[in-house]
Amino acid sequence: MVTLAAEQLSVALRGREVVRGVSFTLDAGQFVGVLGPNGAGKSTLIRALLGLLPASGRALLNGQPVAALPRAATARQIAYLPQGQALHWPLSVERLVALGRLPHLAPFSRLSAADEAAVARAMRLAEVEHLAHRTATELSGGERARVLLARALAVEAPALIADEPLASLDPEHQLHGMELLRAQAHGGGLVVAVLHDLALAARFCDRVLVLVDGRLVADGAPPTVLTPALLEQVYRVHARLIGDPPVPVITKRIIADR
Amino acid sequence: MRGGTKGWLWPALIAAVLIGAVLSIGVGSAAIPPARAFAALLGRGDPVERAILVELRLPRAMLGLAIGAILGLSGAALQGYLRNPLAEPSVLGASNGAALGAVVAIYFGLASSSAALLPLLAIAGALVALALLSLLAGRSESALTLILAGVAVSTLAGAGISLALNLSPNPFAAMEITNWLLGSLEDRAFSHVLLALPPIALGAALLAWDARAFDALTLGEDGAAALGVDLARTRLRVLLGIGIGVGGAVAVSGAIGFVGLIVPHLVRPLTDRSPSAILWPSAAAGAALLLLADVAVRVIPTTNELKLGVVTAFLGVPVFLVFLMRERRLW
Repeated sequence: MVTLAAEQLSVALRGREVVRGVSFTLDAGQFVGVLGPNGAGKSTLIRALLGLLPASGRALLNGQPVAALPRAATARQIAYLPQGQALHWPLSVERLVALGRLPHLAPFSRLSAADEAAVARAMRLAEVEHLAHRTATELSGGERARVLLARALAVEAPALIADEPLASLDPEHQLHGMELLRAQAHGGGLVVAVLHDLALAARFCDRVLVLVDGRLVADGAPPTVLTPALLEQVYRVHARLIGDPPVPVITKRIIADR
Repeated sequence: MRGGTKGWLWPALIAAVLIGAVLSIGVGSAAIPPARAFAALLGRGDPVERAILVELRLPRAMLGLAIGAILGLSGAALQGYLRNPLAEPSVLGASNGAALGAVVAIYFGLASSSAALLPLLAIAGALVALALLSLLAGRSESALTLILAGVAVSTLAGAGISLALNLSPNPFAAMEITNWLLGSLEDRAFSHVLLALPPIALGAALLAWDARAFDALTLGEDGAAALGVDLARTRLRVLLGIGIGVGGAVAVSGAIGFVGLIVPHLVRPLTDRSPSAILWPSAAAGAALLLLADVAVRVIPTTNELKLGVVTAFLGVPVFLVFLMRERRLW
């Protein structure tokens, strides 16, 4: 069972403090949404959690500091889908998804039958099998996002951290993406996703973390966290709760009088 | 496409290398018919012909093979590492650094005092250039920083070479330096082969080590790190591999450019385009290209022998043009 934890985690980028003293513990079986306005430090927080940025405080993977673990060990435990992933070579979709197996390969060995099966499973889950032989750089933005999600799923790591996995997906695929991530979590994994759609986060996540200005201002189950009062404070919008379980619907912007 | 390359690619590459090697041994200013050449190589036949074949043409062919291979491999590895299709060893200043080392040896007359001094200074020059590069690029793991630092180092070494030419005490020294900068495999002996092979083999091993890391870098630096790549170690291996491998090659052949640039582009469309798939095919294609170019140098009738570096530079220009035309969507 994988756990990810932050203990008083702070990150400074070029002297500016972007994440400030964030602490939490995330356990397997949870689908965790990370919310917050633009520039709140969401991406920086998860990069620090992965050990990709120098941070003060501690980021812990299964109780051990990520910074002290070999990169290959972390890579087998946490799959990472970066935001706006760039692709530097025109690989075929199949070849690209297979990159997800790199952490598992012994030096100078080829993909085993088990690796190929994992690649096929990931492509089936993300519903990109029909794109297998297309060139990844020539796909539409949404198709590409799904292929990159398949790439992250192919790692079959106990934990998956996805930075805005829904960006550029159409409504149907947004729903499919959320169902897929939730199924991964409820199948025993830990899924952490940076999200902007509050309604989807409220419907699918087991827990949401809300960041403002690098600080963790709320942490808990969506119905207790995503209240109109909090959304007013965090996003400066009016919201109404609709349905059961309650889902926030944004009605209008608060214009600050300055 | 098993193993990332088209089925006929390797047979074609091996055939090209063999043809290049056979022509390189068979063609030269002294015409030796194939039957007699074969006999001479087996240790029979005319002693003069045997001397020409074994002591002149064989080392030349072996050097063409090894140097072409390391140049092709370096280009493929660097393009993968820097994720830049225009990268080649000279981008990091390794080639110019090695050339400056050799020029220093010639300028101060050290080259005439000991035959081993020029190659050693060339390798040292490449390593000093890369040490300076590491210092300039600092602890940043970014490829862009490395390219910028490489341009600075390369320019500095180039300026040093120009200075040596400028202040050259006599026209003969200047001519010797120029000749050497043009790159050639003329009049090389087995001692050169023994000198070049160890650093080339070591460099190739270091560069091939990170094939997987180059693939992972398709997803950028964060993506690669999240796939378990230790970026700092990868960079160290790539820098050392280029410095030692290309340094060893330049030490013997002089500066031969563009092979590392051209070859990966020729090979890439015949593979699955992943950086790891083009590494060894680029080495083979580099060997074939340099062997054939070195044959062309001997066949093209000119009063002074054409220099190998000149031929490869002419071959490099069309590659840039094709890129330019693709960018401008003219083709």
